Amino acid sequence: MRAPLSTALAIAVGIIVLLGAFLPVPTLQPIRQTLLSWAIPVAATAGLVAILNLLGVHWRKLNNPRERDTYSILLLLGFFATFAAGLILGPSNPDFQKVVTHIQFPIEASLMGVLTVSLTYASIRMFQRRVGWMSILFTASTVVFLVVLSGFLTVGESIPLVKDLLAALNTLPVAGARGILLGIALGSITTGLRVLIGADRPYSG
Amino acid sequence: MIEAIIALALILVSVGLIFLLTLQRGVLRTGLRPLPAFDRLRRAIGLAVENGTRIHITLGRAGVAQSFSASGLVGLTTLERIARVSSISDRPPLATSGEGTLAILSQDTLRAAYRQINQLELYNADRARLSGATSFSYAAGLLPVADSENVSTHIAVGNFGPEIALLLEAADLESSFTLAASDSLSAQAALYPSAQETLIGEELFAIPAYLNAGAVYTASLQVQDILRWGVVVVLIGGAVLTLVGVI
Repeated sequence: MRAPLSTALAIAVGIIVLLGAFLPVPTLQPIRQTLLSWAIPVAATAGLVAILNLLGVHWRKLNNPRERDTYSILLLLGFFATFAAGLILGPSNPDFQKVVTHIQFPIEASLMGVLTVSLTYASIRMFQRRVGWMSILFTASTVVFLVVLSGFLTVGESIPLVKDLLAALNTLPVAGARGILLGIALGSITTGLRVLIGADRPYSG
Repeated sequence: MIEAIIALALILVSVGLIFLLTLQRGVLRTGLRPLPAFDRLRRAIGLAVENGTRIHITLGRAGVAQSFSASGLVGLTTLERIARVSSISDRPPLATSGEGTLAILSQDTLRAAYRQINQLELYNADRARLSGATSFSYAAGLLPVADSENVSTHIAVGNFGPEIALLLEAADLESSFTLAASDSLSAQAALYPSAQETLIGEELFAIPAYLNAGAVYTASLQVQDILRWGVVVVLIGGAVLTLVGVI
């Protein structure tokens, strides 16, 4: 599709969906719903195309004589084994589910374990990389909230002063998170508006 | 109904301001607040081009059909800009993502960038790929990129979980430069100690403006600032009115 046509189409669809979200015009609602429902098969097809591309990349890596990546065979074998089992048994088959989850969950748990160690190591190394009050504040707040959220201080909740102090401490991350999320929401709005006016065209290829 | 009208009015005012400030910026060019992260990023891009190493941009897991897709769109603009400035490098940039639509759009963005600079022969669909469809398969798929694709700069811009720290840790072992920005709070917490440069909160949306992607990006950054002041006034006003018992 030529870029001006795709841009006009994207802007028109964006405006219809936006107006449909705010204005209770009866004729606008079915059009908006239809357009939104098209997003699901489009996203699913894109996912399929991207997976085929991923398989293609690993196939070419495996067959590249200069930079052969032998680990790619594991990905390809894993994919085709899962795909064949899913086709034969069906994705909701309990045996299929059991095999997949008994492989996937331990691997993900192991990665989570590695992540924990990595983050601990990174937090220590942060003091070499960024010497300053922000690093001290980051580490101090991490330690304080680990202690607060561990439930270790629940015994002190019966003491009025400690209870108030804990309540004040628990408000701090909520306030900080809201501040960050407000900034992100405003950034998301302006990004969306750029797409809506055709200034940002990620689909222009 | 009144809320809908206010929302639409705000959208129209914001669009008007973006247009106005974009046109004005052509005449009056004011500087952006200096952020050391972008100075280091520019230096890292320059070094990657000089050394013939690759720049890796990972775009996260938020597809365009999801409500938190804005960070992915910023990542795509970043990719387009970096593809342009590093087009003279021996090794063109590599883009990875954890969602189908984002992977397709990253291919499209790379193709558009090369077509605009009349170097379409540089485009290779394998350089914009899906690394995994779930959060941990995405992270696991990124790890080989850190040590086997001759990458010297990793830029993570998008929606991630804390598992993105695994890539940054692997990149650090290879002495690569890392810059990360995310709209996810848990990812930001993990990125702060892991990445060499971390952009917090709305700084994520400033990336295209700092990479000189165009006047409209600087204008939208200014509109973002105006909206922020509006929110501040409304919050303080609301608090004061509640305090005096008006609302």
